[in-house]
Amino acid sequence: MNDDPILAARGLTLSFGVIPALLNVDVDLWLGEILAIVGESGSGKTTLLNVLSGQLRPQSGIVTYRDPEGAAHDVHAMPPPMLRTLQRSDWGFVHQDPRRSLRMNVSAGGNVGERLMARGARHYGDIRAQALDWLEQVEIDADRIDDLPRTFSGGMLQRLQIARTLVTHPRLVFMDEPTGGLDVSVQARLLDLIRTLVARLGVAVVLVTHDIAVARLLGHRIAVMQRGRVVETGLTDQVLDDPRHPYTQLLVSSVLQA
Amino acid sequence: MNAPLLRTEALSKSFTLHLRGGLRLPVLGGVDLSVEAGECVVLSGPSGAGKSTLLRSLYGNYRADTGRILVRHLGRTVDIASADPRTILAVRHHTMAYVSQFLRVVPRVPALDIVAEALLGRGPSPEAAREQAAALLLSLNIPRRLHGIPPATFSGGEQQRVNLARGFITGHPILLLDEPTASLDADNRAVVVRMIQDAKARGTAIVAICHDLDVRDLIADRLFPVAPYREAA
Repeated sequence: MNDDPILAARGLTLSFGVIPALLNVDVDLWLGEILAIVGESGSGKTTLLNVLSGQLRPQSGIVTYRDPEGAAHDVHAMPPPMLRTLQRSDWGFVHQDPRRSLRMNVSAGGNVGERLMARGARHYGDIRAQALDWLEQVEIDADRIDDLPRTFSGGMLQRLQIARTLVTHPRLVFMDEPTGGLDVSVQARLLDLIRTLVARLGVAVVLVTHDIAVARLLGHRIAVMQRGRVVETGLTDQVLDDPRHPYTQLLVSSVLQA
Repeated sequence: MNAPLLRTEALSKSFTLHLRGGLRLPVLGGVDLSVEAGECVVLSGPSGAGKSTLLRSLYGNYRADTGRILVRHLGRTVDIASADPRTILAVRHHTMAYVSQFLRVVPRVPALDIVAEALLGRGPSPEAAREQAAALLLSLNIPRRLHGIPPATFSGGEQQRVNLARGFITGHPILLLDEPTASLDADNRAVVVRMIQDAKARGTAIVAICHDLDVRDLIADRLFPVAPYREAA
């Protein structure tokens, strides 16, 4: 077992005007685990995701990424080309709205193959075969490979985004409300897919969700955010079954039982 | 004498209800429990005495206030009460399994996969894991036609047997069982009693909650009384 975290953040602080979005936040993430970040709108969880993934610079604090060779990199001090290379290969980003990362005027297979090409793959037959394999893994029929994403349903688009993200075998994936806005039945299928793929590929995932049930199902560990602070963190079942912080108790007790 | 596989020292646990004006409920205090390999200890005491709280604390599902929970894990001793989350997950993976009273169903996952999944990453190939899972489900009288169906629609007793299969299939050295036979008929109770006895014979240390006196007498080597806790004023 490798004991160095793949991603470590210390003392992240960021304000928008007078509103604190992050206050002294620490995060550690290891390969093979899913860290769920929960909290209500405005708690700072998406800001945290954007800071961890290098898309937003904190006013203070540091984010360190450890590459496959074990070298540590300060994410916000990296030269931009290096960060872009990381984001194209070793890292992946799954947005709530798949249209943000998919190209709607490129075929489904093209969307998956494009990320392979961005990493240097050139052999058309290989690229198409891998795209086909990934469409199958996310349960999209092979005969849809040449269709444009705009003919896809919301759930299919989300699965296509996941195929596009995972095709390069990233080590670290950031997910922002990946099941938000989907029908419950579609959501269940997607959750099971994410759970299975992540376990098989052994990637590290930072998952932002406002849905406690999603955090419980997917998260090994959980961090509860309120007004820019992490108020409670630990094993997911521990924090949700034996919450200690008043805000976590409120959050857990407010969940509707189906 | 064997060294215990699981031991608590002065374990205490309370709950503070912030939504009820900070009301503090002490549940466990000064619990010293010790379980050896091949031994089944049944927690006894009235409902509300804290038996489930103790069992969940042993598993690290509830967080102890004070005291230690010492588990022999891969040749060393780990204190669950102070271990970091990843260590607790490793203990759960290799050493200690917990069978809750109710199956928490994962949507869309068939019964067979729920059980087989517990074996993945432990050696058996996915096919071998599924074969073992099918055999165990059949021995628990879950017929093959149900194996491919997610257990959300199963009866309480069927769900409990899927849950038991998942807990027993891995052969963890320490097993925590919360009411393993509560919703079972006589035939299935007998199957589960035999599984528990077999596990003991293999050297598994077991802590159980069991209100059924017949079952209790068949599996328990010793009772461990859990009394409603009163703090000294």
